[in-house]
Amino acid sequence: MLTTISSAPHRRRIGMVFGAVGLTALLVAALPELTAAGEAVVAAAATPASVKIDNFTFAPATLTVTAGTTVTWKNEDDSPHRIGDKNGTFKSAALDTDDTFSHTFAGPGEYPYICTIHPYMVGKIIVKPAKPAS
Amino acid sequence: MADRDEKELSGAANINRRGLLKCMTWAGTGVVWTLSGGVPRTLGLIGGAAAAEAPQGELTFVQISDSHIGFHLPPNPDPRATLTEAIDKIKGMPTQPAFLIHTGDISHLSKEEEWDVADQVIKSANKQVFYIPGEHDVADAENGKAYLARYGKNTNGKGWYSFDMAGVHFIGLINVFEFQPGFKSAGLAKIGDEQLEWLEKDVAGRSASAPIVLMAHLPLWTIYEQWGWGTADAGRALGYLKRFGSVTVLNGHIHQVIQKVEGNVTFHTAASTAFPQPAPGTAPAPGPMKEVPAGELHKYLGIRTVNYVRGKGAPALIDSTLVA
Repeated sequence: MLTTISSAPHRRRIGMVFGAVGLTALLVAALPELTAAGEAVVAAAATPASVKIDNFTFAPATLTVTAGTTVTWKNEDDSPHRIGDKNGTFKSAALDTDDTFSHTFAGPGEYPYICTIHPYMVGKIIVKPAKPAS
Repeated sequence: MADRDEKELSGAANINRRGLLKCMTWAGTGVVWTLSGGVPRTLGLIGGAAAAEAPQGELTFVQISDSHIGFHLPPNPDPRATLTEAIDKIKGMPTQPAFLIHTGDISHLSKEEEWDVADQVIKSANKQVFYIPGEHDVADAENGKAYLARYGKNTNGKGWYSFDMAGVHFIGLINVFEFQPGFKSAGLAKIGDEQLEWLEKDVAGRSASAPIVLMAHLPLWTIYEQWGWGTADAGRALGYLKRFGSVTVLNGHIHQVIQKVEGNVTFHTAASTAFPQPAPGTAPAPGPMKEVPAGELHKYLGIRTVNYVRGKGAPALIDSTLVA
């Protein structure tokens, strides 16, 4: 299990605005395809997967990835949030605005999680088995 | 039941004109709230009232809440400054409070340096302070270990405690360690079985005429389920307190004053000293009201004075804003 938390120093916010164009291009390339139900599917294990936290919600609320995928949560909200799954598999520290948290999902399964600061905020990661190499 | 409510409340409300004027002078500057027939109403802004006729209650204390030291965004990039203003306001009160209570979210991110700042500012009031944690104070990687090491000395379980002051029994409940996740039911705070059992024992055998003050960070009644503004097992806690003549519940968390009366229990949430949050359901999310202009911020921030007079039952509460 690999978990990473990165703190964005607040001083860097202006720099981040200038860097936003490049970042957006990266994000667009990496964005998972959204289904009508707002569920996202990340097909290849190598593809980075991300969940955005804003307005006290996780987007997408349900993200499907293949085993081995690293999912990164980014807090774009004005309030801190903290990721914790129902079964205690992964838990972040409190994420301030612009902080991120990553977790690599090794095994298949369903991982319902909440914000442990605001337990009414719920999300789910569905991990499918990785396809055998052909 | 209605008659009973009115009878109990008349003690708290002090509704006659003389009492009201006394309250107003006592408050100095700010918004004065009173309870009238069970319905809280605001009496408006008062400026520069003289303090000569301050009523001498048997016990006066002040509640501050949600100082969020470490918050750095609009509408308040400097919550240290506004906490300092709140403390200065307390220092200037004509009737000095016996002590202070802080109903949680001292810090924004459970960092020692945030608590250092809060402690430094608050200690200038030169008062004893009773703390309970908010969820922002137990958000460290070790689930509240840092808060308990710093503020939880001589407490029970995970930080809960009680004490008596001038015949009033104070209970510091903690509802930020356990919660009911929002998977299938409402995502709400919880007090938890261990603490509830302690509470039952703590109040057992006490005289029903002893006034009770129940402090907890999240509201002990469900104000707005969609935003998690409630405590799933609050009913059990209140059940243990049913027989008491006067129960006053003081909460923080929602950064605004909302009050409710239910039988002998009055519920009061408090203003923050840092930033306001929207009224229930009036915004997409309960985050800081970042649109509040700097010149308006102080109208939303405040402190609360609580005054007990022996034999009067429920206390008189005065919420004052930080408007100079």
